[in-house]
Amino acid sequence: MSRLSRLSISRKTFLTSLLSLLVFAAYSAPLLAQDSDISVTDSTSAELEGAPAAPTNVLAVDHKYDIGEAVDVSWDLSFDDTAGMRNVAGYIIYRSVAGSAEFDSIGAVFSLTSSFADIGLTRGETYQYSVSSYTLSGQVSEPIVSAEVTTEREWFDWDEVWVFILLVLIGGSVMYFIYHARKGKQMFLRKIAGLQAVEEAIGRATEMGRPILFIPGIHDMDDVQTIAGMTILAKVAKQVAEYESRIFVPTRASLAMTAARETVREAYMTAGRVDAYRADDIYYVTDEQFGYVAAVNGIMTRDKPATCFYLGAFFAESLILAETGNSIGAIQIAGTAQPAQLPFFVAACDYTLIGEELFAASAYLSGEAKQLGSLKGQDVGKVIAMAAVLIGAVLATLGSEEGMNIETFRGAFHGIWSVFGGGQ
Amino acid sequence: MKREIPLIITSIAGIVFAVSYFIPHYPFGKAENIFGDWISIVSAFAIWLGMLNLGEVSLRKIIRKTEGWQLGVIVLVSMLVMLIIGFSSVFNAISSGTSHMAPGTGLKWMYDYTFSPLSATMFSMLAFFVASASYRAFRARSLEATLLLVTAFFVMVGRVPLLDPIVNALGITDFPFFSAVADWIMTYPNSAGQRAIMIGIALGITSSSLRIILGIERSHVGGDA
Repeated sequence: MSRLSRLSISRKTFLTSLLSLLVFAAYSAPLLAQDSDISVTDSTSAELEGAPAAPTNVLAVDHKYDIGEAVDVSWDLSFDDTAGMRNVAGYIIYRSVAGSAEFDSIGAVFSLTSSFADIGLTRGETYQYSVSSYTLSGQVSEPIVSAEVTTEREWFDWDEVWVFILLVLIGGSVMYFIYHARKGKQMFLRKIAGLQAVEEAIGRATEMGRPILFIPGIHDMDDVQTIAGMTILAKVAKQVAEYESRIFVPTRASLAMTAARETVREAYMTAGRVDAYRADDIYYVTDEQFGYVAAVNGIMTRDKPATCFYLGAFFAESLILAETGNSIGAIQIAGTAQPAQLPFFVAACDYTLIGEELFAASAYLSGEAKQLGSLKGQDVGKVIAMAAVLIGAVLATLGSEEGMNIETFRGAFHGIWSVFGGGQ
Repeated sequence: MKREIPLIITSIAGIVFAVSYFIPHYPFGKAENIFGDWISIVSAFAIWLGMLNLGEVSLRKIIRKTEGWQLGVIVLVSMLVMLIIGFSSVFNAISSGTSHMAPGTGLKWMYDYTFSPLSATMFSMLAFFVASASYRAFRARSLEATLLLVTAFFVMVGRVPLLDPIVNALGITDFPFFSAVADWIMTYPNSAGQRAIMIGIALGITSSSLRIILGIERSHVGGDA
């Protein structure tokens, strides 16, 4: 029975495919005829008879910021494509190498399309393009020829020049402060409550004789948040080793597990407690998001860790994890660069590292001058951002139609006044 | 060398990715594609690494009869059942020319009737946790918490079309007060706060990336903890 039904499906599929092929052949036959090399100057009157209006303003420009292998062709749509006969099915694009009168068909696009990218060209070669409109019945308009264009190589993407300048400014200031920190210059850093509580949280777990749970987010090692989590794990694991406590690191990604094992083992070695390192406490659970949450919740309710760290990339599971940790009375320190998850952590955890604090944590905890210097360099970026926001707000206000208009303020005041029953 | 080689690879990859943003074509654009392919290949093999680790940890737990060893049995049995059903569905699909997830296949059945409901169950717990977390967060114990409570009140009643009809019934029909206040809070103070955090995150990532590329930050490859 199943075989019969499969056969009937195959027959149906076959008939549908055959019909599609016939329709495609009927429509594309006139076009295929155009695929052979044609000469623009050889267009016969028969071809042009009943032909749609030609596109206009055909432009061919070298594709910006590439290695010189592409040309962008654009045109204004045929009158019969937007109004008129409305019978244009598409456009055919032809190309000729400079010095040759022969134009080869290089592609076609559907109606209401006014651009085409010709790629795979030779750098330094000069080309000329022409574009014709065509109808479903095969009439082709006269081709409109563009000016000549030469492909050029441009190394740098100048559209991104502002990003580059900002990167140089911020990167330069980071390097500058790292250099000065190495020279022994003292850096002032504001206190981050969440990071100051790390030692206390580990000490509490040790006193209570309960383990510590560390979740380095649910992303893999290709996320900078996971790397930030791992750098903090190194500091936490070192203290855990020194305090002779125990740490569990269940991971959602197997590469994160390998990195976490290596990080924790090295931390134990640095603390001189490599004998206390347990590889089985750092393990892969599952790639499935909520399967991972279920497993971690299970660990929390069974092992009752005294301290939970959530440092990395988190999504919908953030609140489920943090609330479960809260229910078992664990002291919780969280940090993520996912703005949507921050309110959940703030509501359910004792300390939350907000955005940039997650990335600053490693440098902060290490206390190394060169790392602290990089944090100082970040501040230069903040000054630039604040200045840009301020200038932008002033310019937007002055530039808007309603900007600095006293009637706007009067209207707003009247609206607020009327809401609270004023003027009655 | 065990630490230096990963650091050198990290530095080269970081520089190539950064440069390819500004020179998005040969040779940097191509190098970026090659690194992307490597990530895909390594990730594919890493799934087996993870699976073997899960099996090893569970098996060791069962052999040593440590606390909760029964859970290890459930993990191994579930993994084996899913593997057998998955591979048989794939082999059947290859021989019959259909999809391994077509209706009627074992894998589809397991997905629809075990995997999806279990995931949905975990996700649905979020509703209860939101309620308990909100209860704690919105207690007016300090000025900040009171401000949060007042803001939350306006956003909630503005988002839920409950109070606007009442306001309208009182004859105020030309100004949807609660919706307007909620929209204003979400559009201006909320967006401003979110953008400030985003700017800080972008700067933090830039600084963190520089530390990693320059080899100053190396604890993620197990050094200088």
